Parts: sequence; C-alpha cells; structure tokens
Amino acid sequence: MATVRLAPVLRPSVGGAKQVNAQGSNLSEVLADLYSRYPSLKEQIQPEESLSRFINVYVNDQDVRFLQGLETGVGPNDTVILLPAMAGGR
Amino acid sequence: MGEASREIMRQARRQVPEWSTVKVHESLAHQHEAGPEHQDIVLVDVREKHEWSEGHIPGALHVPRGYLELQIEAVPDKTKTVVLYCAGGIRSLMAGTTLQQMGYKEVISMAGGFGAWKGKGLPFVQPRTLSEAQAKRYSRHLLVPEVGEEGQLKLLDARVLLIGAGGLGSPAGYYLAAAGVGTIGIIDADVVDESNLQRQILHNTKRIGQYKAESARETIEALNPDVKVITHIERLDETNVARIIADYDVIVDGTDNFPTRYLLNDAALMANKPVVHGSVFRFEGQLTVFKPYEGPCYRCLYPEPPPIALAPSCAEAGVLGVLPGIIGLLQATETVKLVLGIGDPLVGRLMTYDALAGEFNELRLFRDPKCPACGENGHPEDLPTYADVCAIPA
Repeated sequence: MATVRLAPVLRPSVGGAKQVNAQGSNLSEVLADLYSRYPSLKEQIQPEESLSRFINVYVNDQDVRFLQGLETGVGPNDTVILLPAMAGGR
Repeated sequence: MGEASREIMRQARRQVPEWSTVKVHESLAHQHEAGPEHQDIVLVDVREKHEWSEGHIPGALHVPRGYLELQIEAVPDKTKTVVLYCAGGIRSLMAGTTLQQMGYKEVISMAGGFGAWKGKGLPFVQPRTLSEAQAKRYSRHLLVPEVGEEGQLKLLDARVLLIGAGGLGSPAGYYLAAAGVGTIGIIDADVVDESNLQRQILHNTKRIGQYKAESARETIEALNPDVKVITHIERLDETNVARIIADYDVIVDGTDNFPTRYLLNDAALMANKPVVHGSVFRFEGQLTVFKPYEGPCYRCLYPEPPPIALAPSCAEAGVLGVLPGIIGLLQATETVKLVLGIGDPLVGRLMTYDALAGEFNELRLFRDPKCPACGENGHPEDLPTYADVCAIPA
C-alpha cells in the first residue's frame, strides 16, 4: 500500500494522523480509496472531478501536474504528499 | 635628514632613474591606448595601507615597501618597466635600489610621488574599505573567504525589504541587521500587540501599541548603527507595491495572507526582484526562493488560493513561537546568499520543516509553461489577487 502524507491543515479529516496508507495503482485510485474512508477529505481537496488548483500533490517528491495528473502511477512503496498553500507569517 | 641618510639618497638617485608625474601619466595613457598586449609598464604603489586607502593612481599594484621583497613576485617578468611611487618620491627611490638588486632591469621612481600627482590634478581613485569599527564588528565574516571584505561591502550596499515585521520578519530582520545589510525596508501597518511577543522578537513589552515598523527600527538601530531602516507604515496594495519594491534588491515575504502573496508575486515578476518566501502553521513551515523567470513563481506553485476553510491563516490558526524563528532565519540565510551570490539558492525547491517530527524535507518545484503570471503568455500585470479569500476578519 502506498503511503499518503498530509499537510497539517488536512489531518483533522483523517482523524489527526500525519500519514495514512491507501490502495490503488494510480493517483486517482489511491485518492478514491482515501475518500471512501474519509469523505470529508474529498470536500477539502477535490470537491469537483479534477484536482483542485490550490492543492499540490506529489508522488515521490514530484508534482503530479508535471507527471500524468490523476493518472500518475503509484506503486506500493511510493509516497504521495498532499500539500495545500499556506500563508501564515505572523 | 642626517648625513648618512642623505648619502643613501644621493646613491639611490644615481642608480634609479626618475620620471616626472606628467611623463608617468603619458606613458600609462599610451600603454592604455596600445591595448592589453602591450602592457610593458607596471605601476607599483609602495606606500602603507592607510595611505593607499586614502587614494591611489588607478591601475597601480599595492606593495607596501615593508613587504617589497616578499610581494613583488606579483610582477614576475623582470624585463618589464616597473614604475614605483610613494607619497613624496623618496621611499620609491629606496625601493628602486632593492628591485635592482633583485634583478629588475627597468626600474623607475616617480619624482614627487602621489603628492605631486594629485597636485597636477591627475586622476586618482579612492578604494572603498571598511572602517576600523566595521572591520571589528564583521571580523567573523571577514574570516570566511566566501564573504571577506568584498562580500561585507556587498552586504552593506544591499537593500532588503521585509514584508511584515512579524513572526518571520522579526528574526529575518534582526539577523540581516546583525550581518550588516546596509538598508532594511520594513512595510507593516500594524501595531505591537501583547500576543505578538511570543515570537516577534524585534518588539518588546514596553512597545505594545507602537507601530511595528517603528519598534523594529528602534531594535535594529540599537543593534547595528550601520543599518539604515526605512519604514513604510502602510499596507501593501495595488497602488503602492510597484513603488515600494522598486528601491530594493531582495524581498523577504513574511505576510500572513494570500492576497498579499499573489500581489507581491506579480509585482516582483514585473520588477524582476527575487522573493524569499516563508510561511508557518502550528508546527510546520515552508520555504523557497522565487527568482523571476529562473525558477517557478508563487502562481506556478499555487495557481489559486484555497477556500476559506483551508486557509487557516485568516483565522486564528496558532503557531509554535519558535517555529517562525527557524523559518525566518532560513529566509535570512537565503537572502545573504542571494546578496553575496554564493551557494545554491532554494530556487525551484520547496523546503518543508516539521518541528514535531524534527524533519526537513524537500520537494522539487517546476516552472509552469502555462503559468498565468510567468509563463510564455503570462500577464502578471492583470491577474486577480483574490482579495475576497480573506474577507472574514482574522
């Protein structure tokens, strides 16, 4: 199973965990597996069909926008990172 | 001068031919016109360091007479014409006899020395050097070859703008001031609040209620009188951003909201200024350098801001007090690297820090060819800055 690491702001949706495991051979399937267990995560990062533009998804430290997007292959030893924009500076 | 000295002088004068200042000037001018292949004359200033620092003839080598035998190796070709000068024309004569002993064939002493040169109104340059106090203050920089006196002068000439004198701007500004960044601009319209003091170390308890920019200026000036602080007590917006950033070399972005980050990104692209970007949330921080058209910009990284629910900066998200210290100092480090032109800046790389895990990670960032701001058909001048995202009060 692939490892999915979540930015702090997303963790409440998965019960506070920093990383969770998910099944699937590509990003679309991995996310679908996560959404089936954590429905509120879908609302946060993919309310529509395509990936939201305010969230960056990396597979093994590579931005999937420059790979194959939702079709990017994900192996059992791969790490997916979900990273929304942060603004806090103060 | 005693009889013995006069005798040495007479002997030196018999041995070492002298040229007038005018002849030296003309010979150098001819050589300059002849081009780099015809550099047969080498001009050597044999005075002490403090005399050299007050002004010297352009193009001269500096070899103090006390180090003559050791350092004249800078002129390896002993058939070249070596023209020596000092302040009045006496030390250069003595130095001339030494060079003759060492085997230099054509040694000339400039009669009247630098005093006569200046008296004729001939051109000279005044090298920039650190003052004695500065040499002491920055001595630990001077010991680092990658910084040195030249690098320290670059830092003193640098102009860095802090967007915000808050959690990130405080540590960044404090250390940049200590490092001797000569001009620090601070834009911040807020006043110091008690709740800031858990992390905003430029301010203190007595300054609650003061403008942050003013409080930051007081702290910085007390630390380092070399630093000129320029305060901008206003909010960054469409009407002032281009004017404010125009005067600076590097921008340290420590804002707390998305509209300002998009606004700054677009303006920095248009003005071609690097932005050292940092952000913090609870226990985690992010850092990267946006260098226009060399790496990705903020809109390549985040084409759109998140919805309000996912933008905790607008609400009271909370942050571990020491965390902005770490991220702000990494921003200061990147700024110093950019000013000095050393190392590998964090361009195209996003560094993330997880304080609880004690982990740094790095993600590769790419320029988006279709980026609406910096892409091939980008128009940074007319993009939305999403002001509505932070419509709810903090």
